[in-house]
Amino acid sequence: MTTSSRQRGTAPPGPPTPLSAPASATAAPTAPRRTAFAEGFDRLRHAAGTEPGRLRLIGALLALLVLAFGAAGAWQMSDRATAADDVLHRSQPLSAGAAEIYRSLADANTAAAGGFLAGGQEPAAVRERYENDLETAATKLVTAAAAADPGSPAAATIAGLNRLLPQYEGLIERARANNRLGYPVGGAYLRAANAMMQDRMLPAAQDLYTKENQRLRADYADATPYPWLALALGVAALAALAWAQRRHYRRTNRVLNRGLVAATAASAAVLLWMTVGHTVARAGLDSSYEHGIRSLSVLHDARIASLNARGNENLTLVSRGAETKKLADGDIVDLYDYDFGQEMKALAAGLAHAETLADDSAGREPVRAATGNMKVWRERHTVAREADDAGDYQGALDKVIGGDGDKGAEPTGECFDSVDKNLGLAVDHEESEFHRAAAGGRDALGGLPAGAAVLAVLGAAGAVLGIGRRLSEYR
Amino acid sequence: MRVRRLRAGLKGWGGVGAMAVVLVLTAVFVLLPLARAGGTDQATGGVGGLAEGVRASAHACQDPEKRSLSPSGADGDTVKAIKSRAHPRLVIGVDQNSYRWGYRDPNRSGSSELEGFDIDLARRIAREILGDPDAVVFRAIPTNQRTEAIRSGRVDMVVRTMTITCDRLRQVAFSAPYFRTGQQVLAPRKSDITGYDDTLAHKRVCSATGSTALTQLTADRGSGRIPPSTDISVTVPNQLDCLVRLQLGQVDAVVTDGALAASQAAQDPTVELKGRRFTTEYYGVAMKKGADDLVRRVNRVLEDYRGDGWRASYDTWLSATLGEDPEPSRPPSPTYR
Repeated sequence: MTTSSRQRGTAPPGPPTPLSAPASATAAPTAPRRTAFAEGFDRLRHAAGTEPGRLRLIGALLALLVLAFGAAGAWQMSDRATAADDVLHRSQPLSAGAAEIYRSLADANTAAAGGFLAGGQEPAAVRERYENDLETAATKLVTAAAAADPGSPAAATIAGLNRLLPQYEGLIERARANNRLGYPVGGAYLRAANAMMQDRMLPAAQDLYTKENQRLRADYADATPYPWLALALGVAALAALAWAQRRHYRRTNRVLNRGLVAATAASAAVLLWMTVGHTVARAGLDSSYEHGIRSLSVLHDARIASLNARGNENLTLVSRGAETKKLADGDIVDLYDYDFGQEMKALAAGLAHAETLADDSAGREPVRAATGNMKVWRERHTVAREADDAGDYQGALDKVIGGDGDKGAEPTGECFDSVDKNLGLAVDHEESEFHRAAAGGRDALGGLPAGAAVLAVLGAAGAVLGIGRRLSEYR
Repeated sequence: MRVRRLRAGLKGWGGVGAMAVVLVLTAVFVLLPLARAGGTDQATGGVGGLAEGVRASAHACQDPEKRSLSPSGADGDTVKAIKSRAHPRLVIGVDQNSYRWGYRDPNRSGSSELEGFDIDLARRIAREILGDPDAVVFRAIPTNQRTEAIRSGRVDMVVRTMTITCDRLRQVAFSAPYFRTGQQVLAPRKSDITGYDDTLAHKRVCSATGSTALTQLTADRGSGRIPPSTDISVTVPNQLDCLVRLQLGQVDAVVTDGALAASQAAQDPTVELKGRRFTTEYYGVAMKKGADDLVRRVNRVLEDYRGDGWRASYDTWLSATLGEDPEPSRPPSPTYR
């Protein structure tokens, strides 16, 4: 009927034509052609007119709501559990690995400069330190490469570092060979290696560290937000169940319907579990960030500052005043000694910050010890500089890298080693703090996705059964 | 007549530009002594420096090595100021990268002191002025910062294979020459480069920033003495860094003073000097302009040194790299102005 009138309406204006044969041919099959949806809707409307129909409808909606709640809960919680697990087992180790790559590269460079200062045949301990550092850097680079997505910026950075590392080693070996022969071109190779490290490798390592930290923060951001969708559906499901039971009570004067009560209990359990579990997990993860990651980041920066300070202290003696810097007030100072002062300031600030972040005595102690080492380092450095400025280069050298051992020279190198060792202890402590807190957080989410799914299915079954029982009274 | 030719050659804006340059130069030379006239003692030194500067620029200065002051053993203000320091020590700018000139032998046990021909001379100056060859603080200085280090007062003098040139005479004062050398080409033995000539075409040549070698290369490439296709863009802070570039295959040849080129060749048996010296240059001790008493004092030391010490130091440090015969390296007997 509607179809034919519409057809007529679209026809060009003209004399009214009687219902022609073709027109009736199209109209005839149209009248019964109704979509399945419209048919179903009509049947539903018809059913809603009767109590059994209404009951069926309510049962279906309740089951659907509870199932949707369970599905959303399982999905959102498994997302968070995965992110929490990534924090613990992927992004934090990678961030720590990147920090270690930077540290070992800088340490290798410092060891190389120290070995050069010591003379033609470098001490075995220095050589060992250099080799351990490069081995660490190479191993951590492999780990980082395995975890980097192909074609990502991090992968490009890692590839760049992998290319530069053997070139750097080549320059250092040439420096060594020439140094052994007594040729000053060895020193020129050392300068070239140092320039490659400072200008290309360390910036790349810093870049990698920044990227891994971004990934860590992203994983934290994925693990900690509240599962709002699941929570909203849970509340909706509980409200619907309450409404259905109230309706049931008003119509039948019966207080309890076992199926609906079971569905309510299951939904409430899931909602409670989810809220408590997530809150505990969030607290654990937040604590692992506050007490672990932040401390680790500050300690890493302090360690780098102490390494840079040591490197600059060595280079002051290697370059012997060849590089200068003009300050804002017009004073001309030795570039490396100036940089040493800046790095020591950064180290002092970092240590003070790390001490305020440390939340127990086990974390504070190594930081305090490092602060003490740093103070001695500063005092000895002043003595060494005074010797050098007075023309006693050998005396300054003894005060920085140590003499032949039994001289009691009290070199600054000892202080640097102690600072580094104590900072290493502090890092170990904070890493275990991080692991404890983050593992606790992750475990609070354990079983939640599966639990939410199973309980939701049980709840939905309860709702259907409860309504079915009431429905059977109409047969 | 020369002026007329010059004017004829410069037309339009070129002429205006040249006049502007002349005006600026005149203003600088007029104002310079005014600025210095504050201190009465410095005034004479300032005028002396001015006269020298004007002469140096006016008559494309000839024989810069013959322009030092006559020797004297008297202590003037500069020497007295050094002696009255808390620790009376000469602060001397040296090189620590020039094999056999100023370097540290890493295999010498128990000593990290610099040694070499320049270091011997530096210690001799300290011995004669302060009475102690160890009354020295050595400061290593990159090639392009030698004049700046003297002018800023960071060092009292520079003994660092520094060639006496007219350009540098405008900024620092030099002693009489203490060594004769000249620019030379260094290249791998197997290279087809034969010297400072057309075989440098399409070759990459390394030199130190602020060195006479770089000045010479730039001028000669412009004038056509070496082919315009020669690539002289690689410059390094220190001539020794050129040997690193050569060994790493980043350049094909090095141009530096023959004395230093020989030091480089001594550190690598696969490279050699190619062709003869193509300039004649003299090393001098550089000091601050106006420190006339110190210049005269150093010239007195050099007079003594040429008679006793120079030959022994040559034999110790340089005969192995430059040859048994010291005569090509011996400076001419000095002419003072």
